[in-house]
Amino acid sequence: MQFVQNFPFFCIMLTLVCAVVTSVLKGRQARWLTMGMITAVTAMTAAVLVYTLTTGDSYAYMMGHFPAPWGNEIRIGAVEALMMMVFCFVTLFSFIGGMVPSIREIEKTKYNIYCILVDLVFLALQALVYTNDMFTAYVFIEINTLAAAGLVMMRQKGRNLVAGVRYMIMNLVGSSLFLLGISILYTITGHLLMVNIHESVAALAATGAYKIPLTIVVALVTVGLAVKSALYPFEKWLPGAYSNATPTVAAMLSSLVSKGYIFLLIKFYVRVIGFDIICSLGVLDVLFIFGVAGMIMGSVSAVRAKTTRLMIAYSSVAQIGYIFTALGLRSEIGLVCALWHSAAHAATKSMLFVSCAEMDDACGGTHLRKHLRGAFYHSPLLALAFSLGALNLTGVPLLSVFMTKVTLTQAAIDVGGRHMGIVLGAVAISTLLNAVYFLGTAMTLFIPTKEGDEVLPPTVRKNPFTTAGLIGLMALNLAMGLLSQPFLSALAQGLARFA
Amino acid sequence: MQYLLVNYEQTAAVILFCIGFTTMLLHKNLLKKIIGMDIMDAGIFLFLACQGYIRGRVAPIVENGVQSVTAYINPVPAGLVLTGIVVSVSVTALMLALTVRLYYRYHTLNLDEMIALAGKEEV
Repeated sequence: MQFVQNFPFFCIMLTLVCAVVTSVLKGRQARWLTMGMITAVTAMTAAVLVYTLTTGDSYAYMMGHFPAPWGNEIRIGAVEALMMMVFCFVTLFSFIGGMVPSIREIEKTKYNIYCILVDLVFLALQALVYTNDMFTAYVFIEINTLAAAGLVMMRQKGRNLVAGVRYMIMNLVGSSLFLLGISILYTITGHLLMVNIHESVAALAATGAYKIPLTIVVALVTVGLAVKSALYPFEKWLPGAYSNATPTVAAMLSSLVSKGYIFLLIKFYVRVIGFDIICSLGVLDVLFIFGVAGMIMGSVSAVRAKTTRLMIAYSSVAQIGYIFTALGLRSEIGLVCALWHSAAHAATKSMLFVSCAEMDDACGGTHLRKHLRGAFYHSPLLALAFSLGALNLTGVPLLSVFMTKVTLTQAAIDVGGRHMGIVLGAVAISTLLNAVYFLGTAMTLFIPTKEGDEVLPPTVRKNPFTTAGLIGLMALNLAMGLLSQPFLSALAQGLARFA
Repeated sequence: MQYLLVNYEQTAAVILFCIGFTTMLLHKNLLKKIIGMDIMDAGIFLFLACQGYIRGRVAPIVENGVQSVTAYINPVPAGLVLTGIVVSVSVTALMLALTVRLYYRYHTLNLDEMIALAGKEEV
């Protein structure tokens, strides 16, 4: 075994140890330790990515001294490494970019708790991406839920507490459905490791036995993870949680927490049950309908939103709709599209949240869209970052979300029939609505204020951390747009070894 | 009906889960929601625990040198239940602590009223 193959395990352990050590540190030290840890994990993940791409290898790593099917293990291939690489960059740049607002908005004595929760969310994300065991996935889903709810409530305002409670309630419903699903799956197959479950499920599918229990398992796990990743119509908890949180937290919730669940769902479909079997069960048709509804309803809600943060939050519902629509197409290109859009949306949404929060403060602490007029002239970088995100989510060519729309359309045309018409119509309507609210807001930033306009004085000064974080996120988005073809090819090739 | 009676433990577990699920989703009172959540979790734990139990066998602790696997029950579900209980207790504790904070702030346990009151606060 090569030394680099240990790195995913080191990353998980480093994050865990860092979370524990942070609990006895003061705010400033906790902040630097967390930033150092995320940087180290990013560097190690880059090494793993290079290794998996050069060898084309996918390997299982035994956690402890017991081999499968008794022991616990993680599994790493090109798909996991690619996704984790994007998530690491998003975490790092969101943490740096949102550092000053978080210092301003979180009580000084609670800052190390904030860092612990960031560590735990990052830990859970890594575990969800790498794990090869269903019960480990459940445990880290719960850790993710608790840590994310804590992050939502870090601002200690009434709105945040209520948003935290709503977040917890809906997410716990999702966790319970997921747990019931894997309990029934364990009863049917007698295994918890994903590969072993798949062998048993394939044998059962060949004989046609246990078809109804298997369908129930798939439905429970799908609904559980769909609730947690805010698929329409289970998104009621999302706007409050995203729009009231600090920029880093909103970026992490929208970019990482929900994507961890979506990645786990894809892993459940492909590695645990088998995509052919999933396609024969009919659950994906339901996902397709909800996904299409989410694409349109999320955008409609975003158009009606009065504050910029709420608009970005509702836009997440639409973007998650894209991912589930791609999954619902029951094709391999659809799967690649779902994975790609998870990464593309993570990179874009974090940039939007970080730039928007700072822009609000630079425009006098307002949250209303109308007060952002002329923001480019006093905060050019913030306005450019927001505009790049807005253009990206609208689907402008050369940027990453454009490739999502191309791949989704291609997948729909391959599938043909009613699916093709529905997807083409939904993409057209959603793109139009995206243009209305995103481009409309982006244009406001470049229109100079007139005499008589209400202009609020800036509440904060520019800071180097936000600048560094935003430059990093802009570079990530541009790189993903320009390198979309190699990224998609690597995902498609990695999927062959993902099962 | 016959299958439900034969597998009465699983039937009871599913009924408990449904009671908890509806309580958690339909009640507006936060305390009742938490109680519903615990009932729902108890249903899942009962379901898991009864999967590991095999009538006539004992807990997998080797006694009198009996090492045959046919003498013992499956210990894995019990381990899963223990882990699940730890998670469930943590979640309940956090939810209760949060409920206390919200009650001091809004003087109500009704979630809809809390949402309405929070909506009137400054952003």
